[in-house]
Parts: sequence; C-alpha cells; structure tokens
Amino acid sequence: MGELRARHILGISYLDRDEISFILDTAVSMKEILERPIKKVPPLRGKTIVNLFFEPSTRTKLSFELAAKRLSADTVGISASTSSVVKGETLIDTARNIEAMKPDIIVMRHSMSGAPHLISRYVRSSVINAGDGTNEHPSQALLDLLTVRERFGRLEGLNITIIGDIAHSRVAHSDILAFTKMGARVTVCGPATMMPPAPDILGARVCLDLRDAVRDADVVMALRIQKERLGQLSPFPSEREYARQFGLSRAVVPHLKKDAIIMHPGPINRGVEMTPEIADAVNSVILEQVTNGVAIRMALFTLILADVQKLG
Amino acid sequence: MSKQRPVLLQGGRIIDPAQGLDTVSDLLVRDGLIEDIAPEIVPPEGTEVIDASGKQVVPGLVDMHVHLREPGEEYKETIETGSMAAAAGGFTAVACMPNTRPPNDSSGITRFITDQATRAGKCRVFPVAAITRGQQGENLTEFADLLAAGAVAFSDDGLPVKNPAVMRLALEYSLNFNTLIISHAEELELSAGGSMNEGAVSTRLGLKGIPAAAEEIAIFRDITIAELTGARLHIAHVSTAGSVEIISSAKKRGVRVTAETAPHYFSLTEEAVEGYNTLAKMNPPLRTERDRKAIIQGLSDGTLDAIATDHAPHSTLEKECEFQLAANGIIGLETALPLALEILVGEEGFSLSDVVRLMSVNPATILGIDAGTLKAGSRADITVIDPEAELRVEEETLFSKSHNSPFLGRTFRGRAVLTVLAGKPVFDAGRR
Repeated sequence: MGELRARHILGISYLDRDEISFILDTAVSMKEILERPIKKVPPLRGKTIVNLFFEPSTRTKLSFELAAKRLSADTVGISASTSSVVKGETLIDTARNIEAMKPDIIVMRHSMSGAPHLISRYVRSSVINAGDGTNEHPSQALLDLLTVRERFGRLEGLNITIIGDIAHSRVAHSDILAFTKMGARVTVCGPATMMPPAPDILGARVCLDLRDAVRDADVVMALRIQKERLGQLSPFPSEREYARQFGLSRAVVPHLKKDAIIMHPGPINRGVEMTPEIADAVNSVILEQVTNGVAIRMALFTLILADVQKLG
Repeated sequence: MSKQRPVLLQGGRIIDPAQGLDTVSDLLVRDGLIEDIAPEIVPPEGTEVIDASGKQVVPGLVDMHVHLREPGEEYKETIETGSMAAAAGGFTAVACMPNTRPPNDSSGITRFITDQATRAGKCRVFPVAAITRGQQGENLTEFADLLAAGAVAFSDDGLPVKNPAVMRLALEYSLNFNTLIISHAEELELSAGGSMNEGAVSTRLGLKGIPAAAEEIAIFRDITIAELTGARLHIAHVSTAGSVEIISSAKKRGVRVTAETAPHYFSLTEEAVEGYNTLAKMNPPLRTERDRKAIIQGLSDGTLDAIATDHAPHSTLEKECEFQLAANGIIGLETALPLALEILVGEEGFSLSDVVRLMSVNPATILGIDAGTLKAGSRADITVIDPEAELRVEEETLFSKSHNSPFLGRTFRGRAVLTVLAGKPVFDAGRR
C-alpha cells in the first residue's frame, strides 16, 4: 500500500518514485468513476477547494474544477489579476484572507516561479501547484505519465522526446523530472535558444536535430509555442522557420518508430508545433491526456485530504 | 566639548600591517589620537584602562560600499542605525552609495549625509556621489562641488553607467580631481529579467538566470575605458571567476584598477537560493563554488584589494514576497568580520594581517581617507577583536534596522567586541 507523504503538491521534484506510482494507481481507479453514467462519488463531501488562478487558464482550471465536483467537494474559483501588488495587497495577504475562510485545498496558478511554495509556508490548507512561472506543473506531468503508462504498460526504459521551448516550459521541467524518476530517458529538442542553461541537472539529453531526436522515441511530445512571448528578442526568426525546423509534420513520420505516440499539453497551435494531420493521427493521445488530467487531479485531491485526515 | 579621558588598551595583540606590526603591546590613546604603542605603558592620571589580553587590536575597519538608505527610505535604515550597525561590526568608516531617494547627486544631499553622520557620532560616513544626475546615466554631476562637500568617490551604484561614452567622460573628468570612479558593472541587456545566477540552480528552480557574462563584459568595458583615459577605476562587488581573471590581467598591464568583493561571495553559493530564499537574492547574484574559490584566490593574491559588504537593508515588505519581486541585497555590516575570520582565516589560511589589509588598509588607501593604521599621531579609530566571542545573528541582536540576512540563526565565533572612534568607545559588546 502506498502513501503520499507531502501535504502540498508543489512539484515533481518533491515526490519520489513510490509516491508517483501511488498517485498513478489511484488515478486509474478514479478514471473508472469517469466512465460511469453517474459520475459523482461522495468522499469529499463537505470539503472546500479554492482554485486561485493568477494567470489565465481554461483547461487546467476546468479540469481541477471537474475533478473536485466528481468527488462532491465544493469549489470556488478566483481569477485574480496577476499582480495583486497593483491593488496594494501582497500575495501573502491574499492567501491569508482565503485561508481565513477555511478551505481544505488551494489550487494555485501564478506567473512567478516559487509563488505556491511561498504561500504554502503561510497557510494551513494544502497547496497544489497548478503551474508556477517557468518552474513546474506537476499535475500535467502526472497525467502525462499516466497516459504513457496506459499505452505501453510501463514507463521504465522508454524514450521520451520533448520538442519546443524547454527553457521556459514548466510542463517540460516537470515532465523531465517525472519521466526520469520513473526510469525513462528524456531527450529535449528545439532551437538552442530555447534549451535550459543546465539540462543535465534535470536529467535530460539535448539533441538539436529533430530527426535524430525522434528516431528512437517511444513518445514524441511537442510543446506549445507561446506566441505571446514572441516579438522582441524572439528566440527564433519566424513561425515559418520554426515549423519547418521543429514542427511535427508528415515529413517527420518516416523517422518515427512505428508504435511511437504523439503528445501535446495543449492548446495546440496547429500548423506551428504540428500539422493538423499529426494532431489528429491515430497514434495521437492528446485527448486521452485531457481525460487523464481529471483522473489525476481527483487522485491528488483524494490522497491529500485522506492524508490530512490521518494527521488529524 | 569636554575633554576625553585617555584610554589605555592593555596587553592586546596589535596588528597594524601599515607599520608591519604584529606584537603584544599596550596602546595609549589621548585627545582622539594614538599616542603610543609600547610593551608596557604606565597609564597617565585619569586613564580608562581596558584589558585587551587575548584580543586583537587592529585599525578601525573601513567598508567602502554600504547603503544607508537616508534620505528617502528611512524605514529600511537611517544613517544613525546604519552607523550603529557599522560600529557593532567593527567598522569606524563607511562609504555610502548614492542610490538614495533622491539620489546623492548634489552637494546639499552630500552635506546632509555627513551632518546626519556627525550627529549620530558612531562611525565616520564618507558619501559616494552619483556619477550622473539622478543616476540617469546621461549628464555628469558637479564633481568639484560634490568633492568640496565631502564626497570621496563617484558611482551610479545600483545601476551601471549604460552608455560607454558617458563612462569615458566620467573617467576623463575624474582626472581633474584625481578622484575615483566606482563601477557597478552589469550589462543590463544580458541580466534583464534574471533574478539569480544562471546555471544549475536556476534551471532547477525555473528562475531566469543572470549569466556571469553580464558582469564580465561590463568589467572588461570599464577597464578598457580606464586604460584609454588613464583614470582610476574601482570595480564594485566582484562575484565571478571570469571577473577576477579580467581584473588580474588588467593589473598586470598596469591599468589603474582596484576591486572589491563582498563577504557573501566568498562564503555562499547559488545553492543558498534553494527553496526560493529571498534572503539569498542580491545583485550580482551568488555564483557557483568555482567562482567562490576564485574570489578567495583573488583576495589572496591581491587581485581583489578589498572586502566591502554592499550592506543593503530591506524591510520584510521587500523580502517576504515572490522571489522575482523581492528586492536585491542583504545586510552585511555586522557579519562581515565574523565571516572573514571564519572562512578566510579559519578555512583558507589567511593571516589576521591579511584581513586587516583587506578590510581597513586597502579600502582606506583606495578612498584616500586617513584611516587604516595605528601609527602614533593618527586618528584613534580602533577595533578590538575577540576571537572567542560569539555572535548570534538574530533579529534581536542586530543593530541594523533591517534583518535581511541569510545568516539569521547562525552563531559565529570571533567578532569585534570594542570599537573606538576618535578615542571614544562607540560600541562595547560587554555593555550592550
């Protein structure tokens, strides 16, 4: 029987292999609930989950909210403007005020790395990091693990290739940590301007050539090009050149392993990171990722609140 | 003014590198001046006799880089609280940087600072005036007027002088007064958006980094302009191995350049940022172990002339927040000597004379102020160090108004226990 020792889910870096497996196993049983005609179970009745989003988000917020509702928890969503400082309130004060209303879990997304870590030191509720700056997005990595494990029956020994803005992607950061912890090998690929300063620290190998990077891959994951980040000091000359150099298209298919799967954390810029026919191909598991997101978040809620109850 | 009683420091180990002195002796102070050093001095009538046996008696320490925040940010520090922190740390002279609000770019502000320091009476304060008006990086300040008001050097510290042509003008104009330009060396285009050293830890924490190159390019630029103009240049807060190398090679070529580093660069690395610790956030940022070792080597071989704290007080408002939003800087006046004793003397084999050179003689020489020696006839600015005395770094034990130190919770062995300013004890650890 596994257990989740952490009270907060701040990042994959704080979880060990056993804890990750336990979360994935729990998510499998949660997923079964999602297949039922009546998709609601009572374990979190009377619990309150606050979704505190300082950055715009559609799918992650919806996914956390649905996960909470499936478990009969009450949810409240707050979309705060990124800078509460503008209003004169510090992040710590915002968190303390929410805390004073006695929630059980605060799900938080923020544009600055480490913001959930800061909050977790000031509140009694559990904090789940739903994405902090360019640091981590642990629930996304967990749902990616679940998706791959479902397809291959294992994670150990698989080759994972992630393509895109690795340096600024919290998804890539969490995925690299998560897959390597579970015994897979991670290769990252993209323009050198988008590679982190010390990829080996995270456990990833850098390969700057797309064809080489995907050749042995069991999983090929393209990251979203954040168009809002382009403009001044753009890390590549044009979308056109990026799409030709690093976009997944039919031209790449001959270099892929036959059973390789295609992933993307969404939302997709069709025609940039991948062409429509790749996104919709039979080996694309992009929509399974979305379904598994709800299951993973249900698992996290259940495990955290079970743990808190144990602590009394 | 009432006449001060003479003071006799008895039986201390007197370390005065300026005279090549390291010996157990008595030291007599009269009328604010050092009167005599001799093996046994008979105290004149009415002398305050202080037992210094087992302790080290050194010239008052000089910190050539502090931020006292007055005028404008008195909630962080005042000249009075900063002076007291300096005295408690064993400093009898500090040079304060001009990035106050408003910045020290006119003689009125310079005089205000020296007046406030005189009023506090705990430490000599030498203002560093801005190089450019409003620290805007465009027009030079009135060097002559500022020097007449008491400024000892010029710097836009906190900000680099962005335009190399302006830096050239400043260095050239400094030749008229044989004064000193202090460079905050940072290529802003490269450091933009960064909040810690770029490397392993920034990758792990998902924080945008500041590459060592941002500092090294700027140091190289300013050294090249100093070479072009023949003017005197001092490099503030050196933090990287590459910077040490650039300065070393310039010194070998005969460029008139001096340099300082801060205690945190020889005692901490980027690992201290782990957990988004805003008390380890400063600019330039903490670097790697390799850089730390190179800084120590630079201090040992003379490439780096001085240890200066870059004492940068900030309130909890600026530090208890998101890492990227947190202000840069830590306080340093009260932990500088303990760190030098622990790391440089304790771990790296520096002598106490070396430490006195780095923390008193050299900064005094670079600034051109009458400090850094215990020669008979000089000002009686004296620091007594007890190698066994403990310093517990806690909010309650710090004299600085702010408590933003990464060393909170630490206990050091070895500290200043008595600080004498112009013959008058201004800090006595036994009497707090």
